[in-house]
Amino acid sequence: MEFGIFTVGDVTTDPTTGRTVTEHERIKNTVTIAKKAEEVGLDVVALGQHHNPPFVASAPTTTMAYIGAQTERIKLSTSTTLITTTDPVRIAEDYATLQHLLDGRMDLMLGRGNTGPVYPWFGKDIRDGIALAVEHYALLRRLWREENVDWEGKYRTPLHGFTSTPRPLDGEPPFVWHGSIRSPEIAEQAAYYGDGFFSNHIFWPASHTAKMVEFYRSRYEHYGHGKAEEAIVGLGGQVYLARKSQDAVKEFRPYFDNAPVYGHGPSLEEFTKETPLTVGTPQQVVERTLAFREYAGSYQRQLFLVDHAGLPLTTVLHQLDLLGEVVAELRKHDAEAVA
Amino acid sequence: MTRLTLAGGPRAEDVRRIAVVSAGLSDPSSTRLLADLLGEATRAALVAAGREVEVELIELRPLAHGITDALLTGFPTGDLAAAVETVAAADAVIAVTPVFSASYSGLFKTFFDVLEEGTVEGKPVLIAATAGTARHSLVLDHALRPMFGYLRAVVVPTGVFAASEDWASTSGGSNGVEGELRTRVDRAAGELADLAAARPALHRVDPFGDVPDFSTLLGGA
Repeated sequence: MEFGIFTVGDVTTDPTTGRTVTEHERIKNTVTIAKKAEEVGLDVVALGQHHNPPFVASAPTTTMAYIGAQTERIKLSTSTTLITTTDPVRIAEDYATLQHLLDGRMDLMLGRGNTGPVYPWFGKDIRDGIALAVEHYALLRRLWREENVDWEGKYRTPLHGFTSTPRPLDGEPPFVWHGSIRSPEIAEQAAYYGDGFFSNHIFWPASHTAKMVEFYRSRYEHYGHGKAEEAIVGLGGQVYLARKSQDAVKEFRPYFDNAPVYGHGPSLEEFTKETPLTVGTPQQVVERTLAFREYAGSYQRQLFLVDHAGLPLTTVLHQLDLLGEVVAELRKHDAEAVA
Repeated sequence: MTRLTLAGGPRAEDVRRIAVVSAGLSDPSSTRLLADLLGEATRAALVAAGREVEVELIELRPLAHGITDALLTGFPTGDLAAAVETVAAADAVIAVTPVFSASYSGLFKTFFDVLEEGTVEGKPVLIAATAGTARHSLVLDHALRPMFGYLRAVVVPTGVFAASEDWASTSGGSNGVEGELRTRVDRAAGELADLAAARPALHRVDPFGDVPDFSTLLGGA
């Protein structure tokens, strides 16, 4: 099982100081955070992709290559690569290049993106989101597996005798996860190809994640890739850690209350109860994370969100120290489960 | 489009579930009074038609915080989640709002805003409203009917509007509730009951049961 962090690359004002990092700082901080993640023993760092303020993460492969050059072991992934508004030819080229540069120390997670205005900037329509994800990925797979591709579809100009270069490292295309919060069609897509399915998990109640994962597992078996329990599942998580539980709550509350997505809505306590958000001690996070298996089954990748909502770099780096302890503890449970 | 609705438990074939949504804010509120009248009249009409009936009342006031949270987070929780499921599982809906600023109240609208797309599609709905003056009575046809039309609900022809005078009137020797208001309530409830009785009781489907097979998704791409 892999443990890591995922980020969306938001530039959010720190509500406790009123300070907003510059784009330059946020990008450099992301690199620092990734290096720290490797240092504390995490397995994966996944970077988001957005094409609109307040996000800086529009070119994930550039940042991934830069991080990859400064790390040894940690795997680089995305959360997510926009399969709808990005030309599949560019995805094939960019990620195959990255695969070579990182000696295979990467994979990627495809997502649709739910920001309506972004689609038209790339000549697309959000109402075609599912169809775009289906057609673009079907082409991406062929580009990584076949040479002299003849292709004609609805959403991009036809290809005749096109060979995407570079070819995947050792002829083995990068591993692909399909991420979705709430579209069963994407779970179906992941199951059809025998790819990984990542449930964002953090913005919705666990009961919903449980249904999505169960659906993916049963369809994975249906398509003959293996048993349902062998399907490749990833889950998101969101934590804020401190040595004392009450300190964690006190420190995180202003960030929670003002956070993009859920800020100014439910209380931290309500959101903790309804979603996987855990604000507390390393031991509390260990226990909560282990409980995910009760409804998702045993799974392959756990990513935590730790760097959003305006949290300053020093805080995030401290969070990673504590998360390193959490992950070490979770690995012990894994080893016991295997033994 | 996948209908994200939840599976309901087994129940007798002829039981009809009526969800009554009341957006009244005070206690007692005339909106709640009207909701109760309509719920009881619908129950009586369905019983008269030989159907078993369950009437479930949803008061929006205690759900107000949850409704705002759902607007911001995108998912309903706790009591609101139960209320949403009650509406989704209902065979018919009675929706009653006070008139605020010449329209339905914001709370009433937001409740229907946070329902999953398609939740009331095809459902028989009785619309009703209360206000301090009869001059607001067209709110039913200018605000509620278009909204439920957009949601593809089947709105019964008679909407019920009750102003203060309807509750207080003693014309004809009876109070308002037993007078003209009663006539309108019974007519509207009868229309709703007729629609609900004529259809088979709703059986909730598995939301993942109608996801298209991937080859269909590929073919449609």
